[in-house]
Amino acid sequence: MAVLQVQNLVKEFDGIKAVDGIAFGVEKNSICALVGPNGSGKTTVFNLISGYLKPQRGKIFFNGKEITSLSPHKIAKLGIGRTFQNIRLFPQISVLDNVMFGFKYERGDKFFSALFQTRRMKQEEKDNLLKAEGILKFVGLIDKKKELAGNLSHGQRKLLELARILALEPELFLLDEPFAGLFPETKRTMLDLIRKLKERGKTILFIEHDMNLVMSLAEKVIVLNYGKKIAEGEPEEVRNNKEVLNAYLGKK
Amino acid sequence: MEYLIHILIITGIYIILTLSLNLIVGFTGLAALGHIAFACIAAYTSSLLALNLGISPWIGLLLGAILAAFLGMVIGLPSLRLKGDYLALATFGLGIIVYSIAKNWVSLTRGPMGLPGIPPFSLLGYEISSVWSYLILVLTFVLITYLAIRNITNSPFGRILKGIREDEIATLAMGKDVNKYKLIVFVVGAFFAGIAGSLYAHYIAFIDPSSFTVMESITVLLMVVFGGMGSLKGSIVGASILVVFPELLRFLGMPSSIAAPLRQMIYGLLLIILMVWRPQGLLGRFKFK
Repeated sequence: MAVLQVQNLVKEFDGIKAVDGIAFGVEKNSICALVGPNGSGKTTVFNLISGYLKPQRGKIFFNGKEITSLSPHKIAKLGIGRTFQNIRLFPQISVLDNVMFGFKYERGDKFFSALFQTRRMKQEEKDNLLKAEGILKFVGLIDKKKELAGNLSHGQRKLLELARILALEPELFLLDEPFAGLFPETKRTMLDLIRKLKERGKTILFIEHDMNLVMSLAEKVIVLNYGKKIAEGEPEEVRNNKEVLNAYLGKK
Repeated sequence: MEYLIHILIITGIYIILTLSLNLIVGFTGLAALGHIAFACIAAYTSSLLALNLGISPWIGLLLGAILAAFLGMVIGLPSLRLKGDYLALATFGLGIIVYSIAKNWVSLTRGPMGLPGIPPFSLLGYEISSVWSYLILVLTFVLITYLAIRNITNSPFGRILKGIREDEIATLAMGKDVNKYKLIVFVVGAFFAGIAGSLYAHYIAFIDPSSFTVMESITVLLMVVFGGMGSLKGSIVGASILVVFPELLRFLGMPSSIAAPLRQMIYGLLLIILMVWRPQGLLGRFKFK
């Protein structure tokens, strides 16, 4: 069954069609790549799915439920976690608190729980602290937990951004260029992490430019060009697709 | 001695204002320039209730703060659509509107003539009119405000506020309803500013619109920035220094026509020096982006 189903999505900016009738599905517990040249509409698709943009036409379904035009925080709560191309952390907050941010609280994040420092809030906070440390161990940032997020290196920030949405416990991960600018070693860490997520039953849709990475990680590849889907299928078959070669290498 | 206590009382009232504005500006990162408007509404509410209807100042204090909180919600609603400089201008506008109403609705507020003879608080039949007893009253409210805002900010709720300050888009991506939190912050900040306004009115026993000019809002903002955005102790220090310091100028024996403008200039100079050498404020850690 498809976790994510996108139907006939259209998004125009001042008459320019950034996304022009795109449709695709992402199967449960799969790793799927969204590729295409710069400006082909990949990030716009992410922004549409996660609710930061509203499409002019088309529908988006998550686990069979329509989520088109819901606000971003509602979509996140339903179970779609995303990272950002240009990394959005809370730079002047500690690494640990950045992760703590992702958790859903029962009552602990309510105003009156805070005002009266309820026992329940403290208990939830304690439980989540342990969970957060577990997540930081998982991504290999436990040594940095007290640092401010803004002081981390680029690679560590990418890992922290992933750690933060792990706390949200989403079912579907939208990763916008998770490997961009990473050191080879960190790249391998990220690769392992994404594979482990799949082992845990999660579904991943990611944007990536490096075709070698796409080939080694993705089970399905969706190729966009000028806001249109030009190919979809297994990595090998997409790689040999004539239209894809044209888009990437120019027409012969 | 009485003069010294008087300064402490005024300092306490400013601390309440500064702490409550810090919640909005320092912790949540919302640029608000009309904070004194909330104090103004509450001060007039409790004064008019006491003068015209003989309602106890205690009830007036509560009603005034609630009305201020309501105004906080009214200003909070459009502010959800405004960011940064635009929000600053909108709240600035609110400050001017409230001031103008206080000044021009003469049949209700007596306009520039002000409201004299506002009765003091009384407890168990005793009037809280001596400076000593009033100091205790004000300090009690300072403590309540401090504890409330400390608790609010020291919690998962408070963490979300800091997240809004740091990156609103990322806060949304974490499933947090940013608008709801902004609104709560405005309401709570306005509530405590309202308390400060009523405390002022029943202490001085006279209010007129000149106590609630936009310049006052800016002074309170200055205290927040001076002490440190997002630092509660900073707010206490910032408010104390900026209230006490100009008072010291009195002892230089200058005529008030020179002392008053000098006070403004020294404020300005202090702020410039601070922004250059310590942009996060005396005790703050958060820096402007």
